[in-house]
Amino acid sequence: MGGGYIAQQIVNGLILGSMYALVAIGFSMIYGIIRLINFAHGDVVMIGAFVTLALMQVAGLPFVLVAAGALAAGAVVGVLIERGAFRPMRGAPQVTGFIASLAVSIMLQNLGILLLTAQPRNFTFPAALQKVINAGPVSFRVIDLVIMLSALGLMVLVMLLVKRTRLGMAMRATAENLDVARLMGININRTILAAFAMGSALAGIAGLMWGGKFGQIDPLLGYVPGLKSFVAAVIGGVGSIPGAILGGYILGLAEVLFVGLLPPIYSAYRDAFVFGTLIVILLIMPNGLLGSDKGERA
Amino acid sequence: MLEVDDIHVYRGRTYVLKGISLRVTRGEIVALIGANGAGKTTTLRTISGLLHPRRGHIRYRPEADGPELELDRLPAEEIVRRGISHCPEGRGIFASLTVRENLLVGAYLRRDNRGIEDDYRRVCDLFPILGQRAGQAAGSLSGGEQEMLAVGRALMSRPRLLILDEPSLGLGPLVVETLFATLADINRRGVTILLVEQNAVMALELAHRAYVLETGRVTLSGSGEELAADPEVRRAYLGGA
Repeated sequence: MGGGYIAQQIVNGLILGSMYALVAIGFSMIYGIIRLINFAHGDVVMIGAFVTLALMQVAGLPFVLVAAGALAAGAVVGVLIERGAFRPMRGAPQVTGFIASLAVSIMLQNLGILLLTAQPRNFTFPAALQKVINAGPVSFRVIDLVIMLSALGLMVLVMLLVKRTRLGMAMRATAENLDVARLMGININRTILAAFAMGSALAGIAGLMWGGKFGQIDPLLGYVPGLKSFVAAVIGGVGSIPGAILGGYILGLAEVLFVGLLPPIYSAYRDAFVFGTLIVILLIMPNGLLGSDKGERA
Repeated sequence: MLEVDDIHVYRGRTYVLKGISLRVTRGEIVALIGANGAGKTTTLRTISGLLHPRRGHIRYRPEADGPELELDRLPAEEIVRRGISHCPEGRGIFASLTVRENLLVGAYLRRDNRGIEDDYRRVCDLFPILGQRAGQAAGSLSGGEQEMLAVGRALMSRPRLLILDEPSLGLGPLVVETLFATLADINRRGVTILLVEQNAVMALELAHRAYVLETGRVTLSGSGEELAADPEVRRAYLGGA
């Protein structure tokens, strides 16, 4: 097991981690503002993947437009989820919101099976994106590079948006205190909707990446990455965007290195390892790595 | 300027305000005093639109010679836009935002960047500590500094009517003294003030007029001096003597 092999595993972990991080950001943004976990968030990844398939393989659009479509589809689905499942439950006990989003998740999965059948579909990216790049001991495809760089770019963009813009300031204020935010003149419905749209757009584009990375998609594909990204968000400290990014990369690297470095007979336990990591981190740091202890709103 | 006309307000199933009426005239400082649970905070939250009355009306005339508005159905974010700024109970500063961001969020509805910067400097002149701590997280300020931030933030929307809910809560006597002097100063510059206070001595000294609330009703009203001299008020709120 040489240095080259480990370097390759690290690259693979970063690719996987980029996707977890993008999805985890959405979990954290939504949790940060309404203190609810959107269990349907993983299914937005699935919708993003199918929209990509439709735009690329059926409509034959250029890649940039396909990517824009995946982002837009995610945003639209996020807005619909907020309007349909979360807003009517505003003010209800937390558990009601959790159940509502679980219902949306099951509905989206079954709708997918109904409309698209459970048959996995092959996902073929243009040859230019499939080309393999050899960089010393490490090799990856162009699409992998695109995944890593665009994920990084989107993360920087979202952080700037939240830190530097008027909307971002409104989102942070709303996350801290809904009533006082309204007293400042902030329209909290619009702000919450914006958080759903942004977080879900990232999940939509993660769907494109998922298809590009694994080459096959089906209507249930959102479940496992959704769950793992949720774990990533919790590891980083749910509600914190930098935390979600850190958690995503940690989880992606841990998962790949676990499979890559231990004898093959253990590789079937990769998910057990992922969730075990969660338990260990929460035992040591109950608020996650970058989370605050002020999770509950005053 | 503001007329609250027989409002009845429920919080959940609890009947909190049982027909409150009061008036605030342009340029005044009006205080609401009363025991815990009398409905003071609920009254303020209803005026600023966080709660809505089941019955009764709230009328507001932003300009002396302008039209009158009905506030009782408007949402809070629309009421701020019309010149009423509410500095809430417990200050409600945004702890993770910086001091400067807290002040800017107070001017959220304004688009006149130059005017906002002018007002930012004015607030920092009024409360120099805020300027010195501009880049710090607001949560790291002391209680008195947080209150100053909350008042400063409320001023950033350029209110005509400033509503303050227990500004003296948890503050030392010296800080309260300074704060109330600043409020009198803000009022002299043309901002009408409606405040709720536990500290009835200070409130009656500062206010031109005051109302005494008891279990959801107004039981007494009058000028600050009148109420301060009233035997009932002295017994109940001013610690006898």
